[in-house]
Amino acid sequence: MVSQATQLAVKAEVVVKNFGATSVLHDLNLELPIGEITVLMGTNGAGKSTLLRILATLTQVDSGTVSIFGADIATNGPAVRALTGSVLHSPMLYADMSVRENLMFFADMYRLENVDDLIAQTTVMVGIEPRIDDRVRTLSHGFQKRVALARALMHDPQLLLLDEPESGLDSQSVDRLDRILDEYRSSGRTVVMTTHIVEHALELADRAVVLFDGRVGFNSENPQRDREAIQEIYSANRISISSLESQPQ
Amino acid sequence: MFKVLNLLDPLLVLSAALMGVTLYLIFQWVPTELNQGAVQRILYFHVPVAWGSMLGIFVVSGSSFMYLWKKNEKWDRLAVASAEVGVVFGGLMLLTGMIWARPVWAVWWTGEAKLTTALILFFIYVAYLMFRAYFPPGGQRQRLAAIIGVIGAIDTPIIYFAANLWSQAHPPIVTGPAADAESTLGSDLGMVLLASTLAFTFIFIYLVQTRYKIRKSEDDLVELKRTSTSSSMPAGAN
Amino acid sequence: MKGSLAIIWAIGRKDLLLEIRNKEVVVSVAGFALLVLVIFTFAIDLNQGNAKLVGPGVLWAGIAFAGVTGLNRAFALEVENSTLEALMLAPISRDLIYLGKALGNFLFIAVAQIIVIPLFAVLFNLIVFRWEMLAIALLTTLGFSAVGTLFAAMSVRVRAREVMLPLLFLPVVTPLLMAAVESTSHMVNGRSWSDMAQWLQLAVAFDVAFIVVSAFIFQHILED
Repeated sequence: MVSQATQLAVKAEVVVKNFGATSVLHDLNLELPIGEITVLMGTNGAGKSTLLRILATLTQVDSGTVSIFGADIATNGPAVRALTGSVLHSPMLYADMSVRENLMFFADMYRLENVDDLIAQTTVMVGIEPRIDDRVRTLSHGFQKRVALARALMHDPQLLLLDEPESGLDSQSVDRLDRILDEYRSSGRTVVMTTHIVEHALELADRAVVLFDGRVGFNSENPQRDREAIQEIYSANRISISSLESQPQ
Repeated sequence: MFKVLNLLDPLLVLSAALMGVTLYLIFQWVPTELNQGAVQRILYFHVPVAWGSMLGIFVVSGSSFMYLWKKNEKWDRLAVASAEVGVVFGGLMLLTGMIWARPVWAVWWTGEAKLTTALILFFIYVAYLMFRAYFPPGGQRQRLAAIIGVIGAIDTPIIYFAANLWSQAHPPIVTGPAADAESTLGSDLGMVLLASTLAFTFIFIYLVQTRYKIRKSEDDLVELKRTSTSSSMPAGAN
Repeated sequence: MKGSLAIIWAIGRKDLLLEIRNKEVVVSVAGFALLVLVIFTFAIDLNQGNAKLVGPGVLWAGIAFAGVTGLNRAFALEVENSTLEALMLAPISRDLIYLGKALGNFLFIAVAQIIVIPLFAVLFNLIVFRWEMLAIALLTTLGFSAVGTLFAAMSVRVRAREVMLPLLFLPVVTPLLMAAVESTSHMVNGRSWSDMAQWLQLAVAFDVAFIVVSAFIFQHILED
């Protein structure tokens, strides 16, 4: 039982999250094994971003338990965060500091050592080293996204959480991102991401989890094979939700 | 289901009856205090509402602490109910106190320690209610409000100590006609005060209880809305 | 513990670096406080007796009101680009974030006072360059930043946060404000340390209570 639990990167049990009168997640159960790239899918408001924020320990669940690598996130916050790297909607960078200053500051926050070498490696990996001494304010959105990715990768996390990482990136950068994620998977680490490019996600992912109505609606271990089913759910959801909205109360 | 205003609520009947007795005692039974005159009768309201506002602050602090500890909704409801009733009682306390002080002390307001403390605490709990009103709804609002409640409780002894030191350095100006005179009423005063305090305590409890129930049905309504919107969607795809 | 102090200092140093580049907080706090002082020199006839009587109160009321604007600004900065969330993602406990932000606010208000207090001495013609003034200013600034950082973090998500922060902050710091005004008043009247001892002790008690409680309570503030 214990050994099985430690095989899982993410385990969520009967998770409930409400914002006022809106129910975002209810009774969500999810198990994600180590070493896979999982894509979270679902319509707007299905709870993808909320789930990522819960895994990143930014949002507290109302009830239920979530553990990452076997550790309950409610009681092991700092330890779990040390294993996790996140790129969420906003780049989360100090606009009036340079890329290097930002990365050095966050390296301090993660208590990293050999910071100069680390920053040099990471910035080359995400392709921002030519602009390393520019203020973040002067960078385009796509560049800021890459800096955010560098911040998330610097401490070599075992679990990478990405919320629509392709948004704002050109196709070259998306390819670069794919290479990084591939490398990540092949070294036995885990990625959980959301995306708005379904086709791209299905090519990349080992597993597709479709969130629907605050629960896991479909959990596919072979997204390529289940491509049609997934897209059907997608379009079915759209239809059912839009017809619901147009109904008179 | 319950009715919010039940005229036969035993607590309401009891406090109404006690209030009737108290009014009789204050305006018919107890003799007029000779040094201060008729205005002294305001004391029979002032002391009980002051007691009620203190009770309110005490309950807010206690239940805020319990909410942070146990995360149970009922403590949050109790905190908001007693904060609202306590602030109303506190406002009445400040008002009746000023009306009494003007003829007796010859000033509306003075830097006396208890007055200063009461005023600052009043402001803290008004801020508590404003915070609740301005903050977006959800669990975070309740948590943060509870933190303000706890901070108010921690601040109270410090405020009182400071106000005391301050009033020693700046002796309050109390120059009214009868400021230092002994009361001519003796034990009658204590007797009326006791009855009045009891009546106001029951009203306090009744109001808090009613507000608590309203808060509860507000929460139930939100819950109902939530379940009805999510169940009206088609069931999961597999 | 060494690691924790390094984290707190890193957060404070980062705030200082941004402040040196933007000059938003210190300039607004010092400017606002100076304006309060200048307006009072017109509002009140400042002969020698009056200056000693009202000067300390005007000084600390000005610094308190100006401090609120600075505290608001200092936290808004972390929210504008969601960098507060980046701090929350780091594997450090939340009390270190609180202590780091409080350190930054302490430094800002302290620097603003280094500008304001000498000008107060000039405008009100009072002698303030004494050790007593240093002790009073340090204790008051410590308490202001301890309480202010906590309430600023709570107010960031409130509609009309510019109004909410002073409404929460000012009543709670009243005891500290009394202590600052009374001790400063003793000082300008040439009294000794022992006369203001009780007030300084009160300020110490206030600071200790609120630093400990705020650091402990801060973890409840950040998550939503």
